[in-house]
Amino acid sequence: MNPTATKNFNTSEIDASCRVPLLALFGGAALWLVVGLALSLAAIMTFHKPDMFADCPLLTYGRVQAAANNALLYGFCIPAGLGVMLWIFARLSQSELALPLVPVVAANIWHPGVLVGVVAILLGDSTGFAWLEFSRGSSVLLFAAFLLIAISAVATFGQRQNRELYPSHWFLLAALLWFPWIYSTANLFLVAWPVRGVAQVAIDSWFANNLVFVWLALVGLGTAFYFLPKLTGQPLQTYYLALFSFWTLTLFGTWMGIAASAPLPAWMSAASSAAAALTFVPVLAVAVIAVKTVRGSDVSCKGGSLCYVKFGTAAFVLSALMLIAEACPQISRVTAFTWFGPAQVQLQILGFFTIVMCGAIYELLPRVMGFGLPFPKFVRLQHWLFMLGIVLWAGSLAVGGVAQGMKLGNPQTAFADSTGVALIFLRVGTTGLLFLLLGSLLFAANIFVMTLKWKLALLKSLLAAVKAPLKTAEVKS
Amino acid sequence: MKNGFGIFLAAFIALGVSWCGFVLAPVLQLGTAQQASVLNSSDIYPLQRTGDATLGLQVYRANGCAACHTEQVRQDGVACEVVLTSTGKTPVVVSNLVSTLKLTGLTKNEADAASDKITAAGGSVETRIVPVGRDISRGWGLRQTVATDFLYDYPVQVGSLRAGPDLANIAVRAPDANWQLVHLYAPQALVKNSAMPPFRFLFEVRKIGDAPSPDALQFPKDFAPPAGCEIMPTPEAKQLAAYLLSLRADVPLYDAPFTP
Repeated sequence: MNPTATKNFNTSEIDASCRVPLLALFGGAALWLVVGLALSLAAIMTFHKPDMFADCPLLTYGRVQAAANNALLYGFCIPAGLGVMLWIFARLSQSELALPLVPVVAANIWHPGVLVGVVAILLGDSTGFAWLEFSRGSSVLLFAAFLLIAISAVATFGQRQNRELYPSHWFLLAALLWFPWIYSTANLFLVAWPVRGVAQVAIDSWFANNLVFVWLALVGLGTAFYFLPKLTGQPLQTYYLALFSFWTLTLFGTWMGIAASAPLPAWMSAASSAAAALTFVPVLAVAVIAVKTVRGSDVSCKGGSLCYVKFGTAAFVLSALMLIAEACPQISRVTAFTWFGPAQVQLQILGFFTIVMCGAIYELLPRVMGFGLPFPKFVRLQHWLFMLGIVLWAGSLAVGGVAQGMKLGNPQTAFADSTGVALIFLRVGTTGLLFLLLGSLLFAANIFVMTLKWKLALLKSLLAAVKAPLKTAEVKS
Repeated sequence: MKNGFGIFLAAFIALGVSWCGFVLAPVLQLGTAQQASVLNSSDIYPLQRTGDATLGLQVYRANGCAACHTEQVRQDGVACEVVLTSTGKTPVVVSNLVSTLKLTGLTKNEADAASDKITAAGGSVETRIVPVGRDISRGWGLRQTVATDFLYDYPVQVGSLRAGPDLANIAVRAPDANWQLVHLYAPQALVKNSAMPPFRFLFEVRKIGDAPSPDALQFPKDFAPPAGCEIMPTPEAKQLAAYLLSLRADVPLYDAPFTP
C-alpha cells in the first residue's frame, strides 16, 4: 500500500527514463504559469483605470481575462498534471516510462496548441463558451496531444510489476478517461455541430464543472494521495476511505455546475443542487484522509514539498466547500453573479492545483534530473509568496463578492454601489496577484536553469565525445 | 482491487450517467425547441435578429462582453394585482370599498376574493399578473429570462458575473442608438463612475470634411470631441449597437406569463 516500498528497485533508471518528456511538459507549463498570471494582472488593471487599454483591442478586459484563464488551465495545469502523472505511473509500476518519445512529441504539440488558442482569443477569435474559448484548430492539437500522452501513461501502467492498484492509480486513470470524453463532447456539440439555444448553456456548464472541478480534483488528489504518504513516511489513512472518496466524487461531483438562475428547465439546477449537497461527502472524506495521514508524523515540512501538498489539499477542501455553498439556493441568492464565483475558481486552480503540482515537481524533478535544484532556497520563498498571494487574491474576491451580492440583492441600492464595493476588494486582491506572479517567476527560474544546466552538460559530453582522440583501431591506414 | 478495467468501467458509468443527464437530455429536451406564441396574441416569439444584430453578437463574443454582463433576469415569484376599470353605477360605494381593500401583492385566491367583492358592489375589475423579484424591481426586465429568449443565438451569451448591469432588456432601457454608441465610446460620459472600459478601438476619430457626417456620434456638451473632429463608429461598433438594441425580452410567454 505504501508507495515508499518502491525504493528497493533501481529508481534512478526509472527516474531517468522520464527526464526528456517531463522537461518538455514542465518547461512549457512553467512559461504558461508566468504568462497566465501576467495576463491576469493585465486584466485586473482595467478595474484600476478603466480606460487603460481603451485603444488596444488585444488587451480589452473580456479578451485578456479569457486568455489568462485558459493559459493557466490549459497551459499550466493540464501539462503539469500529466507530467507528474507519467512519473507517478512509472514509479508505481516500478518500470521505466513506456514509449518515452511519445509524450515528448505530445508536449511539442500541446504547448504550441495553447499558444495558438491564447493568441486567437486575444485577436477576438474565441468561441465564446466559458473554459472552451480556444479556437477549433487549437482544440484539435490539444486533443491529439492528450491522447498521445494517455497512450504512454496507459502503456506504463500496463507494465506494472505489482498488479495491486494504489489509490493514486484510480484518480489518475479516471482523469485520463475524463478529459478526452468531456473535451470531445464540448467541442462537437458547441463548436463543430452546435446545438440549438440554451442547450449550449447546459453543455458548457457540464463541461466547465467536469474540467475545473472534477478533472483538477482527480489529478490533484491522485498526486496528493501519492505524495502525502511518501513525504510523511506514513501509510495513507485509509485505502477504503480513499476508494469511497473516489466513487462519491465521480458519482456526485459530475452533476454539479448548473446555476439556479440559468434559463434552463428547473430539474437541471435542482439536480445540480442535490449533487452539490452530496459532494460534501467526498470532500469530508478527503479532509479526513489528509488529516489522518499527516497527523503524528515527525517530519516537519520547512516550506518544502510537503508544505505545498498540505496547503494545496486544504485549499481543495475550502474551494469545494465554496462550490457546494454556491449551489445552495439560500446562499446563491447572495453569491450568484458576484465575484464569489471567480474567487472559487481561482482558489481551485491556483490555491489547490498549482500548489500541489509545484510541490510535486520540486520533489520529483531533482530525482529525475539526477542533480539538485539550482535555487533550493526559492522553494520556501515561493511557498510563502503563493500562500500569501492566494489568501489575498481569492480571499478578497470572495469577501468582495459577498459584499457585492448584499448590495445587488437589495433593489433600493443603486447598482453602481454593488460594483463600487467590489472594486475596493479587487484592488486589494491585485497585490495577491503580484505575489503569485513573483512566486511563479521563482518556479520558472528553477525549471529553466535546470533545463539549461542539463542541456549544457549534454553538449559538453557531446563535445568531449567528438574531441576524444580516436582509437588506433578506428583509424584507417 | 487489482483490475484496471474495473476502475475504467466504473468511471465510465459515473461520467456516462452525468453525460446522459446534462448533455443528452438537454439536447433532446431543448435542442428541437421552436418559436413560442406570445400570450393573448397571434404573434410568435422570438423573431430572428436583424443581420446587423446577428453580426453584433459576434462582436459581443469576440470582445468577451459576457465576462462582465449577464443576460438573465431572475424572478422570485408572481403576484396578482386587481385594477379597477370602472366604478359602474355606484361610484361612491365602489370607491369606498376599494379604499379598504389590499389590491397589490396578492395571491391568486386573494385576488379572486377582492375582485368578487368589487364586482358584487357593481364595479368592474381586471386582475393582472405581475412578476416579482430583485432584478425586476431594479427595472431590468418585466419577467424572468427563459430558454426561448435565446432560440436563435450562437453562441448563447448568458454570462455569470455582474461587474456591469444585466443586459437582457437593455434595448427597453436605452433604445437610442446614439446613446449606445456614445456609451461604448466613453461610458463615463453617460454613466457617472462607470467601471466599464471604453471601447475606443471600435471608433475612428477623423477631421470633419465638407459637412459633418450624419453618422457621427452626438455627444453631451462636456464630452464633445476637439473642434473640427468627429467620432465615427466602425461597422463593428454599429453592429454591436444593433445587437444591444435587439436585446428586449418583453413579451409574455407561457413559461413566463405577465399582464402587459
